Amino acid sequence: MTAAALRHARYVVTENPITLVAFSMLLFLLFLALLGPVLAPYDPLKSDTASTLKPPSARHWFGTDQLGRDMLSRVMVATRLDMAIAFSAVALSFAVGSLAGACAGVFGGWTERIVSRISDTIMAFPLFVLAMGIVAALGNSVFNVILATAIINLPFYARMARAEANVRREAGFVEAARLSGNGTMRVLAVHIYPNCLPPMMVQASLNLGWAMLNAAGLAFIGLGVRPPTPEWGILVAEGTSFILSGEWWIALFPGLALMLAVFCFNLMGDGLRDLIDPRRRT
Amino acid sequence: MRASFLRLLWRRLAAATPGLAGVVVVTFCLMRALPGDPAAYFAGNAATKEAIEQVRARLGLDKSLPEQFVVYVRDLARGDLGQSVTTGQPVRAEMLARLPASLELTLTALLLAVAVALPAGVLAATRSGSWVDQAVRVLTTAGVSLPTFFTGILFVYVFYYLLGWSPSPTGRLDSLFPTPPRVTSFYLLDSLIARDIETFRACLRQLALPAVTMALFVMAPLARMTRASMLGVLGSDFIRTARASGLSRRTVLWTYGFRNAMLPVVTTLGMIFSYMLGANVLVEKVFAWPGIGSFALESLLASDYAPVQGFILIMATLYVLLNLIIDILYGLIDPRVRIEA
Amino acid sequence: MATPAPLLSVEDLSVEFRTRDGLVKALDRVSFDVHRGETVGVVGESGSGKSVTAFAVMRILDPAARITGGQVAFDGVDLVAARESELEARRGRDLSMIFQNPRTALNPIRQVGRQIGDVLLRHGGAKRGELRKRAVELLAQVQIPDPERRYWAYPFELSGGMCQRVMIALALACGPALLVADEPTTGLDVTTQAAIMDLIDELARAKRMATLLITHDLGLAALHCERIVVMHAGHVVESAPTAELFASPRHPYTAKLIAATPGPGVSLDELAAIPGGLPDLRGELPACRYSRRCERYAPFCDEPLPLTEVGPRHTVACAKPL
Repeated sequence: MTAAALRHARYVVTENPITLVAFSMLLFLLFLALLGPVLAPYDPLKSDTASTLKPPSARHWFGTDQLGRDMLSRVMVATRLDMAIAFSAVALSFAVGSLAGACAGVFGGWTERIVSRISDTIMAFPLFVLAMGIVAALGNSVFNVILATAIINLPFYARMARAEANVRREAGFVEAARLSGNGTMRVLAVHIYPNCLPPMMVQASLNLGWAMLNAAGLAFIGLGVRPPTPEWGILVAEGTSFILSGEWWIALFPGLALMLAVFCFNLMGDGLRDLIDPRRRT
Repeated sequence: MRASFLRLLWRRLAAATPGLAGVVVVTFCLMRALPGDPAAYFAGNAATKEAIEQVRARLGLDKSLPEQFVVYVRDLARGDLGQSVTTGQPVRAEMLARLPASLELTLTALLLAVAVALPAGVLAATRSGSWVDQAVRVLTTAGVSLPTFFTGILFVYVFYYLLGWSPSPTGRLDSLFPTPPRVTSFYLLDSLIARDIETFRACLRQLALPAVTMALFVMAPLARMTRASMLGVLGSDFIRTARASGLSRRTVLWTYGFRNAMLPVVTTLGMIFSYMLGANVLVEKVFAWPGIGSFALESLLASDYAPVQGFILIMATLYVLLNLIIDILYGLIDPRVRIEA
Repeated sequence: MATPAPLLSVEDLSVEFRTRDGLVKALDRVSFDVHRGETVGVVGESGSGKSVTAFAVMRILDPAARITGGQVAFDGVDLVAARESELEARRGRDLSMIFQNPRTALNPIRQVGRQIGDVLLRHGGAKRGELRKRAVELLAQVQIPDPERRYWAYPFELSGGMCQRVMIALALACGPALLVADEPTTGLDVTTQAAIMDLIDELARAKRMATLLITHDLGLAALHCERIVVMHAGHVVESAPTAELFASPRHPYTAKLIAATPGPGVSLDELAAIPGGLPDLRGELPACRYSRRCERYAPFCDEPLPLTEVGPRHTVACAKPL
């Protein structure tokens, strides 16, 4: 990284202390995701019929649920699953979408038509409904949730990559490469594709929050991840029935954790956007 | 102007057709991709072997896929969405009965979101850099981070359980009140038409929390887009000309600024609708709202797949139509789209 | 020979801009007059502050700008001290402006005729029912063919030249006493340039309207202006009647400008550059902002800059005029 880039980065960080806070929160969440199961005070799956539905106390910071399971442990352990689903889904979406988009942009013709057609078909559905349909069709599993979330996010990356690749194709990269004896594939891989990536990084970090909400939403309605696996959406769902009788802690803490994580990702995304392309600042 | 509008309408309709076709095809594939035997799903858990075979024959599941597709499309064209196993009624009838509830919820939420987000965005843009602007920016970032189902639950806890302001979240109307006579099927409108203020108020009270919950999430992108768009427009050359001509502040802001700023906001509406149609399911579950979302959900959990298929088809079709309306609306506002070939 | 009081009298106008990199002193004690019916040209390089002067007169400067001194007396009223409501009333009615890039200077989604109607309505130039009729008349006045139909046109449907004519119609709708024209012909092709300038001349003559023409094109100013004000880096360096300015320029910068302009109609930018560049308007600046580029520089040039009257209505800001 050049000195100028570092200066710019420091400027952005000091202008936006919030970005710094978000970044630290993100690191904290990653830390929890990795070490959650080890650090959790109780076994998240172990029920203790003696202390069911206990409000937060010194022994159980987040209280216990209807089976006596410690909520703090459940929320901590759920971090790993939620983060894993979000990152995997976005990574998959990013990889496949950007590649497809870049190819469409460079090759044009049938490649472009097929990629566009698939993109448009996906976008013709309200995205959550499509995710519901996919998981319902393929069955309840973590992989299917990741797949469904990845599929509904494909069009964003494909479109972005295609636009960037198009610009470069029209600038004559491909012709120049062919003239100098390089194959189109090599040009694509070495020159065009890497240049499409920066703006999509911003999109990816914003997507992480959305992917997490998606997965949690699916789990909340009973699709994808199933109890007793701890996942924030499921935990909120389990807590819903107890809200009306006043046991607020079962739904609140997982909900807050979810909110915090998504908020983090969104702030990071905004910060990244300021870093990479201050012109697009909203 | 009428000729260009008709041409626009025709072009947009033509552009929407492949979308609809895609929806039909994908839904078909999804519902045939069920793990296990689709016929067993459509026949129900308690079905006997003969019943399953009957269902298989009726749905044409014993035929080849292309033939099945033809049957499927033919049924769709006739408006036949199949039979619900859990209620024993045709899916179409169930859906039609419940659609008004979902629409009332979604439309109210949309109106609410627009009524709050647009002025907020304009305010933030005109007071750029001030604390109002900063507040709007932070609130909108927080807003898009809220899981809709969670905010719904929080609202129920605070406003129903703690404060007792809201009625219990058990549907559209308290059983104490009579259902207003059916004119539009929208309880709010119907009770007004019947001049039944008590019922109107009761419906409004039931609708308040779910509508706010749904609106909250979409207020954020709307406010953000409005603010960004307004800022961009207010810095443009033609605004300077308007000021140099002495046009009043109000005219400059609204007739010249706001109208131009609305263009990107209208395109954002597409994304908003996508979200709302999906969020329908979540909000209906939390508030026990008797719409098509909660019906689809109950059917899904009971492995009754015909309503699920119907739900996906209806939501997707609705979405395609809404996007069509947005495109046309955009064309009405922006003459450059209408007039250029 | 007593000259009547000027319509516009800019006196010691100073403007500063707040930017991320510091305070930019864009204008420093700029002074000049415009009499009724007179066409005055403000000429200078890019960055000389001529557009800022125009915006300051109209009081439509960017929010980052501040008028730090001086006054702009228009028809007896000091526009710098005036309230926004008074300014809003006068803009468009008593003094108007036309801009560069006419296409982007008009509302893209509103028919041009209606935009003219908005101005008419605002200043009472016509009653509500007559707005369309009056707007069409104005379009005809600026020689737009088929004005009845063109009333309904959108800016993107019109050529650059036609858009500029619309802007002129817009600016002249309520018969202002002063028209400020900021580079009105930059970006138009040469034939259209001539046509637009001729139109402005004709209308100004017919309505006894004063014109303040901002341009980087000395040749253009020579053709259309009765007096010329030469600016450099936020200073007025010389102002004189056109013929006299060309016959006997007294400021070294003016002489160089003229020498670099072989004949009318040729733009400055194409020709041999004057040595050096504009000074950085942030930091410390010498008394004479041209001194560092001037080959006649002497130590006494760093003393406060005198303003000398060297002929009838001919002033020069130089310690060592030619």
